[in-house]
Amino acid sequence: MEQKTKVHAEDGRSDLLITREFDLPLELLFKAYQDPEIVEQWMGTKVLKLENKKHGSWQFQTSDDKGNILFSANGTVHEFVENKRIVRTFEMDNAGFEVQLEFLEFEAVNEDTSRLNMHIVYRSNAHRDEMLKLPFAYGINMAHDQLQKVVSQLK
Amino acid sequence: MNLRRDVFQAIADPTRRAILLLLTSQSMTAGAIAANFDTARPTVSKHLQILIECELIEQEPNGREMHYHLNPQKIKEIAAFIEPFRKLWDDRFNKLEAIMKKHKPK
Repeated sequence: MEQKTKVHAEDGRSDLLITREFDLPLELLFKAYQDPEIVEQWMGTKVLKLENKKHGSWQFQTSDDKGNILFSANGTVHEFVENKRIVRTFEMDNAGFEVQLEFLEFEAVNEDTSRLNMHIVYRSNAHRDEMLKLPFAYGINMAHDQLQKVVSQLK
Repeated sequence: MNLRRDVFQAIADPTRRAILLLLTSQSMTAGAIAANFDTARPTVSKHLQILIECELIEQEPNGREMHYHLNPQKIKEIAAFIEPFRKLWDDRFNKLEAIMKKHKPK
């Protein structure tokens, strides 16, 4: 089966491309990026601020039950063209990663299908690869937790 | 007949990805690897065999035991590092799609 979400990250470059086709009309796809309530649902984070306009800014935050902040990110909007294009920056707070530039392009494939091209530019190739490895490193931690569980049961 | 294994198919399987993750920090015996899974030992052996055929992992005798370790060159080549990143976005986008399919305009 062909993968719906594709990531192209060429060796040595400092950018990457994420593409995805949706079984959704273009307007619905764009709405999922425009409406803060909907963004909260699929991103799984709280939207503190989402100003969909040039020179606007945005801020997301995720906390646990006790109010500890698990994830916090922010950025500025450089371009916002409805059903077409969003250019913005993305930066995680206190994570040791530098800001990245994102070009989101939305297009209709036909009446019921749409496509998103997300072009992300990092400061350097090393910065890009660090970001790419983040979910992989998280997976390793999960595997280690699993391993520790197994080991502690043996004791 | 010698079937050519597809490395991308190899890493598409969650158990095989989990095996690769386990082997990122150390080399392990088949028994130690199998202990991490609920699946039967022969099933894990089959997964190991596929990973060996794809050259993603290598086996090396250590005393009487066989140890398995990653082949970093091959891992880098196929960019297995990217797969969890892709999966993260895929999950997110699947959620977006499911939510918007149920969305009623106000």
